[in-house]
Amino acid sequence: MTRINVTVDGVTYEEDVEPRLLLVHLLRDRLGRTGTPIGCDTSNCGACTVMLEGRSVKSCSVLAVQVDGQDIVTVEGLASGGTDWHPMQRAFHEEHALQCGYCTPGMIMAAIDLLKDDPDPSDEAIRKGLEGNLCRCTGYTNIVRAVRRGAHSMSQDPEAAAAGARSAEEL
Amino acid sequence: MTEEIDAGMVARRIAEDGDLSEPAPGRNEVGAARRRKEDARLVTGRTRWTDNIQLPGMLYVAFVRSPMAHARVTRVDTSAARAMPGVVAALSGADLAGEQGSLPCAWPVTEDIVLPDHPPMAVEEVRYAGEAVACVIATDRYKAADALEAVEVDYEPLPAVLDMVKALEEGSPKVHEAGNRSYVWKFGTGDVDAAFRDAPVVIERTYVQQRLIPSAMEPRAVVAETDGDFFTLHSSTQIPHILRIMLAQVTGIPEHKLRVVAPDVGGGFGSKLQVTAEEVILLLLARRLGKPVKWTESRSEGNLTVHHGRDQIQRLALAADADGRLRGLRVDLLADMGAYLMLVTPGIPILGAFMYNGIYKMDAYDFTCTGVFTTKMPTDAYRGAGRPEATFAIERLMDELADELSLDPVDLRRRNWIGHEEFPYTTVANLTYDSGNYEAATDRALAVFGYDKLRAEQADRRERGEPVQLGIGVSTYTEMCGLAPSRVLGSLSYGAGGWEHASVRMLPTGKVEVVTGTSPHGQGHETAWSQIVADALSVPFDDVSVIHGDTSSSHKGMDTYGSRSLVVGGIAVVQACDKVKEKARHIAAHMLEASPDDVEFAGGTFRVRGTDAAKTIQEVALAAFAAHDLPPGVEASLDSEATFDPENFSYPHGTHLCAVEVDTETGATRIREYVAVDDVGNVVNPMIVEGQVHGGIAQGVAQALFEEAVYDAEGNLLTTTMADYLLPSAADLPEFTTDRTETPATSNPLGVKGVGEAGTIASTPAVVNAIVDALRPFGVKDVPMPCTPERVWRAVHGGGS
Repeated sequence: MTRINVTVDGVTYEEDVEPRLLLVHLLRDRLGRTGTPIGCDTSNCGACTVMLEGRSVKSCSVLAVQVDGQDIVTVEGLASGGTDWHPMQRAFHEEHALQCGYCTPGMIMAAIDLLKDDPDPSDEAIRKGLEGNLCRCTGYTNIVRAVRRGAHSMSQDPEAAAAGARSAEEL
Repeated sequence: MTEEIDAGMVARRIAEDGDLSEPAPGRNEVGAARRRKEDARLVTGRTRWTDNIQLPGMLYVAFVRSPMAHARVTRVDTSAARAMPGVVAALSGADLAGEQGSLPCAWPVTEDIVLPDHPPMAVEEVRYAGEAVACVIATDRYKAADALEAVEVDYEPLPAVLDMVKALEEGSPKVHEAGNRSYVWKFGTGDVDAAFRDAPVVIERTYVQQRLIPSAMEPRAVVAETDGDFFTLHSSTQIPHILRIMLAQVTGIPEHKLRVVAPDVGGGFGSKLQVTAEEVILLLLARRLGKPVKWTESRSEGNLTVHHGRDQIQRLALAADADGRLRGLRVDLLADMGAYLMLVTPGIPILGAFMYNGIYKMDAYDFTCTGVFTTKMPTDAYRGAGRPEATFAIERLMDELADELSLDPVDLRRRNWIGHEEFPYTTVANLTYDSGNYEAATDRALAVFGYDKLRAEQADRRERGEPVQLGIGVSTYTEMCGLAPSRVLGSLSYGAGGWEHASVRMLPTGKVEVVTGTSPHGQGHETAWSQIVADALSVPFDDVSVIHGDTSSSHKGMDTYGSRSLVVGGIAVVQACDKVKEKARHIAAHMLEASPDDVEFAGGTFRVRGTDAAKTIQEVALAAFAAHDLPPGVEASLDSEATFDPENFSYPHGTHLCAVEVDTETGATRIREYVAVDDVGNVVNPMIVEGQVHGGIAQGVAQALFEEAVYDAEGNLLTTTMADYLLPSAADLPEFTTDRTETPATSNPLGVKGVGEAGTIASTPAVVNAIVDALRPFGVKDVPMPCTPERVWRAVHGGGS
């Protein structure tokens, strides 16, 4: 067992973990952060995407021991105060960019990360940027629309946009 | 053909009219692009997926699965596994043999069907790779996974049976003792021999509908618990109600002692319309161990053991006159059942039997389907279930016929389709299509697509011999959905009815609870049903909540599949609302000291005709609750329920047009335009409808271009992961342009038609027709699916079809 300290959605945890424990299992089974789901076992689907130190990672491909001392934001930590949705969450709702919603947490996190490199992406850039996140329901057309809308909202409201990368101190 | 017009797309209309998603004042809720009630928990991660459930003392189950396609199980030794830390139990099929029963098949399509036993866990023989042979139960999922390694199983290999044609040959190794032919099902009308005799044109083709893996994003998961008397099973299922009945029958747990819950379910597409081995075994383990048990599949496990879809060989012949008028159609199918018959396995190709004639008139039709056993995962419902295969066949044949006769494929279709003035129309397959307007949908699609301009570009590229050719694919589809009239299901030997149930409860504060027997897993019923009820009872949209997916709270239903929820379940909701209003009218009349005959309901208010005396429905609800002064013989409740059994199927239709650029040097394809004009009758929520069409098209395109479950020569599945089984990403698909025409259904009071499967049914032939169309100058008449670059290249260079 290895002891780790990790901050998840603004809460600091100290946990003893097996070296092989996946981050996604730490989040789901140990910390109860079940908002981040698992869709595959080969890191293809992206459903488990979270922010690690402000950048997106597939939490099925990170070991819990690797996040010692680091800051994680999941979809559950995006809304400030728990109620005021992140612009990307609102955009997914407005554009009907989800149906079953299983890929949505990962898709939203990946979309937010995409905008960090390219705040005003073309449709093609959005499609390429989300290549690592699979959705079986929407056919992606509305997801592209949502990311476009989210990008526009975030350019209007940089403060909300920063929420995806905020640390515990800022909460 | 039709001049290009400004494309008034659904999406733009939604964006312009419905930014706030509320209907304009005085407008109905039905028809508004309401944003979904479901979204709040889904975009914030406050979801209730089955795998999220953690119960005190819960144990984790993992399965040892056969690495061989076909073998005798000669020894299973679980003792070493049982000795490992944290392992509570380890069981073989033999350990469960006395109680596990046989997984059900509810659709034995013929009297003499071969319907083999299907033990949830193999006891003596395994018949597909991935079949469970043992399970371990441990205190966490890692320990359970570790213990799998310690289970020893000896197999004595038996020959795999993988090819349907060879499986039917004399002397083939057998999957089951009774042989590899499960059934032969025949259907026909008219004199098909006469139709083909002296026919000026006969098109004969063989098409292969490759095996697909449905791939809902949420892997299956099951949690079972019991207090020793009463059992609760949570499952990622589309069918909690059917599942409860079937599990009671299989396990002997009495139906009234079993509650089945479908919590948030992450997609299904037919794959969760099943009674699975794992659901049965988890119930048995909960009973045996007295502890809550959970199993969640890995994706690799799921690709092996979630039922597959399609997998048919279609031998087709179409006879026509020289002017293109259709005379008759012969269909001879081989349908791969896989190793066992699961819930509706044998019925899937039969659902297609009535659809091979599509939207066309013809004199005669003959259909034969042979169900074949192989040593592969069983097939069963996958989005469209039989109808995509049928639509692919006829729409591909129509393009082939057009080519043979040098006719424009749209023109050929016009010569044969049912005119809008001919509805209701009884087809050669004996279905009565209630309404439709193929002309209107097609004209609109051609205009939005810019058909003439693209044809001109195609001609130009051909003339210049460009390496990248352009192809245009046409698909004018209809389908039968809204499953289903119970009498029809009975006549097809299905084991249950096709009705749906709803109840509507007026609460004392005037709020409304709707209990539905449908079981949504992404479709947005909570939103759409709220819109329907808001209009029916004139209550605010936000005052309605919808309860579903739990047999203890929504006690009666037939669940969600076959594009049935709105056209059957939604109508039950309407009828329950009608009963609420009728009950309320009597109490309102009493409150208003008037005769019920003089009281009318409008705008949420019961009013004595010609006076100002009025009571709102909320006031009546409170009065019914208080019950201080009710008319004699009237019960203190407005709550009502209804069970609706449709008289007919639902027949959405539409025209999908696809333009594909095909690189003849590399075989690469790129969809340049995709236009879908669908007619699903009246629409409750255009935003949700558009989403269903988008997703449906994507899955149909995926069959055409990307997906195939591949078994090797020994019967091992090669496409067990999402790295091997190519689900399209955003980068693989184009933007879809959608629009609608609205020809109301005449078979239900809302005038609505099903939409869930339409896109999938329409799009596969549109894409393949486009690819073949691009390659006609090369003499190409077919490219087998999925049309990968290699297959396209081989077709161009003569090595393919």
